[in-house]
Amino acid sequence: MCIVELQKMRHDRTELYTRAIQPALWLLIFGETFSRIRAIPTGKVPYLDYLAPGILAQSALFIAIFYGIQIIWERDAGVLAKLLVTPTPRAALVTGKAFAAGVRSLAQAVAILVLSALLGVALTLNPLRWLGVVVIVMLGTAFFSCLSMTIAGLAMSRDRLMGIGQAITMPLFFGSNALYPVGLMPGWLQAISHVNPLSYEVDALRNLLIGTPGHLPLDLGVLVVAAIAGIAAASALLGRLVR
Amino acid sequence: MNGESGPADRHAIVCRGLRHAFGDKVAVDGVDLDVAEGEIFGLLGPNGAGKTTTIRLITTLLPARPGMVEVFGLDVARHRMAVRRAIGYLPQQLSADAALTGRENVGLFARLFDVPRRQRGERVEEVLAAVGLADAAERRAQTYSGGMIRRLELAQALVSAPRLLILDEPTIGLDPVARDGVWERIQEVRRATGMTVLVTTHYMDEADQHCGRIALMHRGRVQALGTPSELKSGLEPGATLEEVFRAYTGDRLDEPGDGFRDARRTRRTAGRLG
Repeated sequence: MCIVELQKMRHDRTELYTRAIQPALWLLIFGETFSRIRAIPTGKVPYLDYLAPGILAQSALFIAIFYGIQIIWERDAGVLAKLLVTPTPRAALVTGKAFAAGVRSLAQAVAILVLSALLGVALTLNPLRWLGVVVIVMLGTAFFSCLSMTIAGLAMSRDRLMGIGQAITMPLFFGSNALYPVGLMPGWLQAISHVNPLSYEVDALRNLLIGTPGHLPLDLGVLVVAAIAGIAAASALLGRLVR
Repeated sequence: MNGESGPADRHAIVCRGLRHAFGDKVAVDGVDLDVAEGEIFGLLGPNGAGKTTTIRLITTLLPARPGMVEVFGLDVARHRMAVRRAIGYLPQQLSADAALTGRENVGLFARLFDVPRRQRGERVEEVLAAVGLADAAERRAQTYSGGMIRRLELAQALVSAPRLLILDEPTIGLDPVARDGVWERIQEVRRATGMTVLVTTHYMDEADQHCGRIALMHRGRVQALGTPSELKSGLEPGATLEEVFRAYTGDRLDEPGDGFRDARRTRRTAGRLG
């Protein structure tokens, strides 16, 4: 599945370019503006540095959260039926799809990180940390794409999936530490942030990329458990789509 | 079903009292079928007759109850993985990935069917040649004609060397030349390998020409079963299969009710074929 995704990206690169536009705007407009007005206290770290890992996680979230649409499209096109008649286990199909989404996120992550570096964000040069970034982005995207496929299995139609996807994207994004420290949030939003895997993804990325204090083992643990739970849920519901 | 039906192990498919309902709409209502190994068996019937549901039960896409379906003597309800291994399946819709090349499309299914890595490349080239796409294998599927896409999908279904090939409306929306092309390839592979073919179709002439035996389905049941000539002579001398079809299903080819979803899907397939 991963290989297929790479083959497709090799054939058609326009999607990569267009997808890079939105996070670029976030970094350039939102990032530059809020750096200037210094509205968000981020300690010694410049706001743009603080923001860059958040935008990286956000772009991965946006790619992943609508991934279920592809499953529904494949259902309509008969592809899913063909896949489900092969002896490949459901969980393997879902895992393949989840990591295919991860590959897409990574391609975009490269664009975002290059832009960040150009804007003067002090990124790490340690190759081991870069490897960690790859793992975290893959896991985060795997979880959110499985969430999307799970919703697809419940919603059964593209329109409903779009609606639900849009309804949960913003709470996930704003209810995380992607844009501002959790400490600034009202109590109820902090509670959301603590159960939101995106917060753990951002925490890990920030720790790895710009060296802010983080909780890497906890973050990694949460993301691994979340991804496994997501794969289990999505594979249990996959068969429903072709009934 | 073991024991009492000895010949069953020479059957590719045995259905007994096959039944499936979507909510309170009964799509398949007590179908009994025996498909012998090596034959081409046609499932005919108007839209909504239950053909596709029958196929989806046999291919494990819908849950069948134990005792309802056996594929090569394996109960589909109990041995889903083994059954999937034996089956090549071509759905009604156009399902090749337009963004990938012909070879990539087939290679994907070779991997999904765990064709051993060392044989994979060879196997992919073999089936591409068998469906006459060896020269177009490097091109992306979106540049293919409708008939070529259908043959590519045939290659995908054949790459695992299935003992049973299941085709849902394999020639829908194709022009007569492309239809012949698809059938020729199916016949060639069957002659070479002895695989069994289960096919649904709306085209009476195709069923007449290519199917060894035919089951006419209507309202979820098998209404008539036999070789094309048996069915025709059973009605009146000189009757066409089309007339037999009308005699068993009434004049209208379309059933009211669930017809819309079916027709929409069919039209979409036809539309994409252009």
